[in-house]
Amino acid sequence: MKDQFVVPARLKKTSFVLMGVGLLTLLIGLIAFHGENATRFWAGLLQNSSFFLLITLASTFFIAATTLAHGGWQIGFRRVPEAISMAVPVLSAILFVVVMILVFGGRDDIYHWVNAHHVAEDKILTWKSAFLNKGFFTVATILTLGLWIFFTLKLRKMSIEEDGWDLRPETGRKLLWRNTVVCGGFLVVFTLSVGSTTPWIWLMSIDAHWFSTMYSWYTFASTWVSGLALIALFVVYLKKHGYLSYVTEEHLHDLGKFMFAFSIFWTYLWFSQYMLIWYANMPEETEYFQPRVWGQWRPIFFLNLLINFVTPLLFLMKRDTKRNYTAIVFIAIVIIFGHWLDFWQMVSPGTVKTLVFPWYEFGLGLGFVGLIIFLVSNQLTKAALVPKNHPYLKESIVHHT
Amino acid sequence: MAVKKFVVGLFDDEAVLFPAVKKVRTAGYKLHDVYTPFPVHGLDHAMGLRETSLHTAGFIYGITGTTTALSFMSWVFNVDWPLNIGGKPHFPLPAFIPITFELTVLFAAVGMVMTFCYLCQLMPGVKKHIFHPGQTDDKFVMVIELTEKTNAEEVKSFLAAAGAQGINEQKAEAGWWFGRYDKDDEPYLRKIQTANA
Repeated sequence: MKDQFVVPARLKKTSFVLMGVGLLTLLIGLIAFHGENATRFWAGLLQNSSFFLLITLASTFFIAATTLAHGGWQIGFRRVPEAISMAVPVLSAILFVVVMILVFGGRDDIYHWVNAHHVAEDKILTWKSAFLNKGFFTVATILTLGLWIFFTLKLRKMSIEEDGWDLRPETGRKLLWRNTVVCGGFLVVFTLSVGSTTPWIWLMSIDAHWFSTMYSWYTFASTWVSGLALIALFVVYLKKHGYLSYVTEEHLHDLGKFMFAFSIFWTYLWFSQYMLIWYANMPEETEYFQPRVWGQWRPIFFLNLLINFVTPLLFLMKRDTKRNYTAIVFIAIVIIFGHWLDFWQMVSPGTVKTLVFPWYEFGLGLGFVGLIIFLVSNQLTKAALVPKNHPYLKESIVHHT
Repeated sequence: MAVKKFVVGLFDDEAVLFPAVKKVRTAGYKLHDVYTPFPVHGLDHAMGLRETSLHTAGFIYGITGTTTALSFMSWVFNVDWPLNIGGKPHFPLPAFIPITFELTVLFAAVGMVMTFCYLCQLMPGVKKHIFHPGQTDDKFVMVIELTEKTNAEEVKSFLAAAGAQGINEQKAEAGWWFGRYDKDDEPYLRKIQTANA
């Protein structure tokens, strides 16, 4: 049994090529978008850094949620979400630099609430300034990023440490208990951040006049389903290279069910946000959807629904596709791309305004993908691929859907 | 309605039942059914039952529900009785979605329950022959159908070799039927003829 991952040269090369593409795009963007056009440079960075940070953070959420639910089926590949979550610190650093430049860098084209004159003349922004101000933004960002990194590193450290433990029932109980405590703590933080405040300040404040309480949940659903797709991609990759011998199509089937269910969950939140605003038809709320549904972004708006709802719904409905490695890889890529597109249409209409072919944003996205591949494959080598002393490992091996 | 002849064997343990099911299939006897007091994982595969088509039926019911809801509401608000409701268009798709969703779920759920009942031959008032009362208590009951080609004695000794107890031969209605147990079929009152008592 191959239990120790060695990064294949091809994967390493792919990650470097992708990172190179990302860096090149960043350089081209720096040259192409300056002065008046610099908005697009920063909007692309904000969209990509927040999207890829949140989909890797979804892996920590995966570990926390399955641990608290006393799930056993995922233990066979638990090291995969663990390794993915280890990309969180690096991506957090990138996002932190980006948002700090946007807030303190003297530009108000992304977040126009950072401009004091603007706020003073604007009744709504004045009223919102108790929440939407530089101080709160910075403190909340540092706090959430810090706590995410703390819990992610803690979970990983505990998991590796447990490899040296034994299989006695008392040890198993101790292991479960301390994991439950840390995961419970993380979920509280996660709910208060991704489930509530963080997407408001990072993304919703682009359209500072507009507000939607569904927005954070919508962002969460988007990144959670893409995060599951990312886990599935790495699991299939490792499986195809002869690792993870305990993982079978039974586990893949469950990941497929998750992707199916949360694609529908995303649609549910998409619709809940849209329908209430459509029904009430109040100008301060419909302004968000005006450029998206009736403006230039109309094709992207409906493409979003087609890729992220109709495709997974029809494709993953059948049992055979959820158990097929190639089919899962295909739909996982579709889902990640679809939600990247979703983030693009969340960020760009309020900043760039006009619909242009997103070559710059996509190039940056490829760079982030390369970075994630590089970080995750390195992390996968740092520990055995199976947490062999976990009391639920047997449950995962005999797992049957 | 078809009355057939069966050989019935009881098992105490899953560990004995599974190899017995395999042996029966390789020997080529016609397995009528295996009755268990609780769901046994993997028994359907061992018995060689095909994957159920219930989910396909569910999809068709769901699509029917979607179509019904959308077409009926569109007909009502556009053709039969157009009303101006808050200045909304006559075909307000977002407002139709919740009802469409509900009807999809309703059609799929009710349809699947009924199809499931039909496939399992379960309905209120419908009876099936009970081969042994212990099948709802603590016994695994294997029922082999006797065809012209099978010899009852041979099947009995085969089952005994496979680890079955209380082997007996029964003549019973194979499918479901309307009626009363006490009048038409009396599994609890009738003396079970055991072959190797």
